[in-house]
Amino acid sequence: MAKVEAEQTGVSEQRLRDFLREMLLIRRFEEKVEERFRAGELPGFLHVAIGQEAVAVGVCAALEEDDVIASTHRAHGHTLARGTSPNALMAELYGKLEGCSRGYGGSMHLYDVERGNLGANAVVGGGLPAITGAALAFKFRKEPRVALAFFGDGATNIGTFHESLNLAQLWQVPAVFCLENNWWAESTPNKQHSPITDFTQRAVAFGMHSLKVDGQDVEAVHRTASEAIDHARRGDGPVLLVADTYRLVGHYIGDPQVYRPKGEQQELRKTEDPITKLREKLGVSDEDWEQLDAEITQEVEESVEFAKNGTDPQPEDALKNVYA
Amino acid sequence: MREDSDVFLMGEDIAEMGGSMGVTQGLLDEFGPERVRNTPISEAGIVGAGIGAAMQGMRPVVEIMYEDFLTLSAEQIVNQAAKHRYMSGGQLKVPLTIRTQGGAGWSPGAQHAQQLEAWFVHIPGLKVVFPSTPTDVRGLLWTAIHDDNPVLVFEHRLLYPVKEEVPDELEPIPFGQARTVREGEDVTVIATGPMVHRSVEAAVEAEKNGVSVEIVDPRSLQPLDEEALVASVKKTNRCVVTHEAVTRMGFGAEVASVIQYQAFDWLDAPIERVGAKFAPLAFAPVMEQFIVPNSEDVLAAIYRTVGRDGN
Ligand SMILES: Cc1ncc(C[n+]2csc(CCOP(=O)(O)OP(=O)(O)O)c2C)c(N)n1
Ligand SMILES: [Mg+2]
Repeated sequence: MAKVEAEQTGVSEQRLRDFLREMLLIRRFEEKVEERFRAGELPGFLHVAIGQEAVAVGVCAALEEDDVIASTHRAHGHTLARGTSPNALMAELYGKLEGCSRGYGGSMHLYDVERGNLGANAVVGGGLPAITGAALAFKFRKEPRVALAFFGDGATNIGTFHESLNLAQLWQVPAVFCLENNWWAESTPNKQHSPITDFTQRAVAFGMHSLKVDGQDVEAVHRTASEAIDHARRGDGPVLLVADTYRLVGHYIGDPQVYRPKGEQQELRKTEDPITKLREKLGVSDEDWEQLDAEITQEVEESVEFAKNGTDPQPEDALKNVYA
Repeated sequence: MREDSDVFLMGEDIAEMGGSMGVTQGLLDEFGPERVRNTPISEAGIVGAGIGAAMQGMRPVVEIMYEDFLTLSAEQIVNQAAKHRYMSGGQLKVPLTIRTQGGAGWSPGAQHAQQLEAWFVHIPGLKVVFPSTPTDVRGLLWTAIHDDNPVLVFEHRLLYPVKEEVPDELEPIPFGQARTVREGEDVTVIATGPMVHRSVEAAVEAEKNGVSVEIVDPRSLQPLDEEALVASVKKTNRCVVTHEAVTRMGFGAEVASVIQYQAFDWLDAPIERVGAKFAPLAFAPVMEQFIVPNSEDVLAAIYRTVGRDGN
């Protein structure tokens, strides 16, 4: 069984085991979300990131406590990886006051300001400009902090992507733009939405530093994200970090995926599951795996209990928080 | 599209997927990817490209997946599409149709359920329609595509399941013609989109209490059939104006103003307005329901105009 060499990789075996736990927590959490949504318990519009866990975990683990992130409509993984508890997240999905957005946000609008989560965004590209702005504030105040935006391949086609990267590079702010390339923008494959396949080329237009990584390999993600974040924190300018990954599910929960080649997803599940890859790399025994899985499954179950026992907002609460 | 090769569609996920609401299903197979163009997520770009193609004589129909994202194309709609004809002194025309959908009641949160039609009614140079039935969608969409001006067609997400018999022959519906949904004697309810259906429910309830309600759906907000609205109020002497959008500064404010000016002497009660409360749309269903107007809100407003508490 492969023993991971700390010197070689810079990521200790213990750390990788922690990553495995986190990735599995995200997976089981999202599977539970799918299940509860189908059971009619969860309102709203939900997108899970099954298959993309290594990006969320590897990148967030490379951030410091004072750093900030902005996320997307596919936000559960980023939010958990940034330290929000499964309880607070599940409570949000159930629309409870104990939720990380107090029931005001929902799945596509997860906030947790204490943990540097400035918000998931239901508007594609909506979060990028504010990440440039947050980084600008850090630069103004000479704080050694980094602002990081998650977004998808589809988001590279919207104006805010180009404007934010240009401003960030022009102003040399400590921002990292983390592109999760899962090859699809809803039903639209990359070849239908982008004339180029290598997204690092987008950075060239702005003279921005860029890095690319296999997003199914959490260790590589962590190493490369650390490099990007250090680059930004040192004052060497923003970075476009491209992680190639796979969406092993539909665009949203319930998506029949009529547009997707038959069998593609099943095949990818066999070859590109980041959790299986890490488990194999670490040589986790069946026994250890089952124990880990049982603990996590229990934790997720408890989050559902917590959420169901949470406090419903009063109808009139809807009129609060409109203004500061 | 069968009759006119200048008509083509552009939008996100409208091809293989048939649109996020399934509206364009089957069109890719019939018309191919040139005329049913799946686009990148570029709302400003696709509306702008629609404007350019329209000025060159095409009749593009652009779908904006959620009307919340009209805000991303607002520059092109407001400053470009609405103004080219005017700024060119009448040399250009922009026969562009923009279809979009929105609406609350399914807890998507604050960025996927807004009703923004009033923003666009405020812009000279644009036409705006808001159909509430399958027949109206068909007739108004036809007119929109054939109109030589930029037209926004607002669809409501919760109305897609509405079913009715539609005539075999497509009947174009001219803009600026309101539809009397239901005749009545005591109160006129002027309603758009989903509020038409919610008002019908309210009217049925009111009827049980002896209050006879007339419902008028303007269908086209710009141009507006002021005559029909005013005539109805002159008949009933009372008026409720309702839409799902936020009440304040909503389309209903304009309608109320038209009515009070043209039917002032006929009014027996203040004009009531029913719309969303002044807050973004909350995620938690209890809060969302509190914000969004329903048939009970319309009923309460009807009773207020006739000086009844409903008991
Ligand atoms: C401005 C805007 N346009 C359209 C949408 C609808 N929409 C939601 S997610 C999505 C696809 C996004 O693709 P990508 O950025 O690659 O992220 P992924 O879903 O693959 O994670 C679309 C078109 C939106 N939310 N915002
Ligand atoms: Mg994508």
